[in-house]
Amino acid sequence: MAREETEQSVPSASSQPVQAATPRDDIWSKCPTCKEISFRKEVERNLNVCPKCGHHFRLTVAQRLSITVDRGSWREMFAELAIDDPLGFVDSKPYPKRMQQAREASGRNDAVVVGLGKIEDRPLALGVMDFEFMGGSMGVVVGEKLARIFNLATRRGLPVIVFSASGGARMQEGALSLMQMAKVSVAIARLRDARLPYLSVMCDPTTGGVAASFAMLGDLNLAEPGALIGFAGRRVTLQTSNQELPENFQRSEFLLAHGMLDAIVPRHQMRFTLARLLAILTRPKSIRTGRK
Amino acid sequence: MARTLQHRGKASHNGKHADAQAGAPAALSAIERVRLARHPSRPQTLEYLDAMIAEFFEIHGDRRFSDDGAIVAGLGYFGKRPVAIVGQQRGRTTVERIARNFGKPHPEGYRKAARIYELADRFRLPLITFIDTQGAESGVGAEERGQHEAIARNLELMARLEVPIIACVIGEGGSGGALALGVANVVLMQENASYSVITPEGCAAILWREATDENVARAAAALKISAPDLLELGVIDEIVPEPAGGAHTAPAEAARNLAAAVGRHLERLLKRTPAELRAARERKFAAIGNAHLTHGRVENARTIG
Ligand SMILES: [Zn+2]
Repeated sequence: MAREETEQSVPSASSQPVQAATPRDDIWSKCPTCKEISFRKEVERNLNVCPKCGHHFRLTVAQRLSITVDRGSWREMFAELAIDDPLGFVDSKPYPKRMQQAREASGRNDAVVVGLGKIEDRPLALGVMDFEFMGGSMGVVVGEKLARIFNLATRRGLPVIVFSASGGARMQEGALSLMQMAKVSVAIARLRDARLPYLSVMCDPTTGGVAASFAMLGDLNLAEPGALIGFAGRRVTLQTSNQELPENFQRSEFLLAHGMLDAIVPRHQMRFTLARLLAILTRPKSIRTGRK
Repeated sequence: MARTLQHRGKASHNGKHADAQAGAPAALSAIERVRLARHPSRPQTLEYLDAMIAEFFEIHGDRRFSDDGAIVAGLGYFGKRPVAIVGQQRGRTTVERIARNFGKPHPEGYRKAARIYELADRFRLPLITFIDTQGAESGVGAEERGQHEAIARNLELMARLEVPIIACVIGEGGSGGALALGVANVVLMQENASYSVITPEGCAAILWREATDENVARAAAALKISAPDLLELGVIDEIVPEPAGGAHTAPAEAARNLAAAVGRHLERLLKRTPAELRAARERKFAAIGNAHLTHGRVENARTIG
């Protein structure tokens, strides 16, 4: 459930971010899947998908937004929400110190960005998780921001799309982080009652408490190709099962084969696919509620 | 209800209880409580059902794949009131523990629970749950059959129910596998039970690479998984006292305490309308952790999009 547990279980070469710390040295990028070397700019132009084999590199929040929402339509909300140190948690460093470093590195308060935007002129509420921020782990702020954006969508009659990328609940906030699974699920129930669509897009990786709550609760569950999606960490599963893990275990393709996903959508088709689905699923309010 | 309770009570009261009381420390450490929560003779769901529920009728199966022994679900009476019940059962003997997968439910266990949740809502039966699991099963089969989806679905389902829900944490409340029985109007927790996002062993292995006894004890304390800490954090609503020395030293007394707390909250909740029950549960979970929210701009805040 805790993020590190899953993080460790991800094969180390699976998905290095394209951008390195020193951009000048990083003219080339090596694909962890096909091992081919490509010109970094070429990979970026290709939406951070390997031009040779189609491996999907992880995206930053800014990259995700820029290829998803209509230009100029994005308005971030609840950005100011942050957390204190509810448990007084200290591991190799105190939690506030760890958070301060993550905040400085990312320029944001926590591991999710929520807001309002448009896709092909259709207004919607959006959440994008930031895997670079402490492994995208879900603490009180992540839970609260998602709950608020679901509630706002319910009040305004908007569809919701969430791009998940998370190792699960945040250990440093203890049981409070566990309870955020319930907090977000409560808000999703109300959105569903209002007959508003929720599209869940699982990105690499979506595991633990995030997979076991809002990520799996989409009216439609979509995923990027090759994303790690699972409940337990790979190491834990190995210990429990005492058997070799099946090919593609906990990858999008495995979940699709076992009936847990509606579709795997390549990144180049994502925006178009979301627009198409919203066109089919969204209606003017009068029709939705059966009132004139 | 009373007969089993008294019989068991007498059997276990002799001697043991008094000894424990005499040497009982004022406050137990987190890891000492975890040991009590995992004590091999600690009463489990079926023993509380024996003591608290009359005419229990167990239901089986998820109508999809199989019947999961780690989850016990059924109908019965709490006093004169018909109720629905779900709980985890870890098992006592080796044979039973294996049959019940040591109380670690598979997806089909959560889907059996979902069936009872829906029955409870349709027939307006209050729902009582007993949480006692180290965590949901994490093997290949559980992943294939959608452990994440099964747990997620239960969270949303419990959020919707328009009947009183009372959850009792009676042993270990292990992560999402526990919460799938825990989205309740009232969460009661026995004095020595624990409720956590990760086991102390798992936490110690991550933070300090090695789950030595010392590290596990540190992790248990750091995670704040004991009842008094969780009450303060607002994760649980009430601590149910255990006999000195732990619930296993006097199971009948432990059951009486738990039944009293359940009964008290049930009476209170039954005065509310169905819509109010759902709304109150929503408000409760919507607020968890919010006391620790702050507002602030990050120094180098970037604008995106
Ligand atoms: Zn490649």
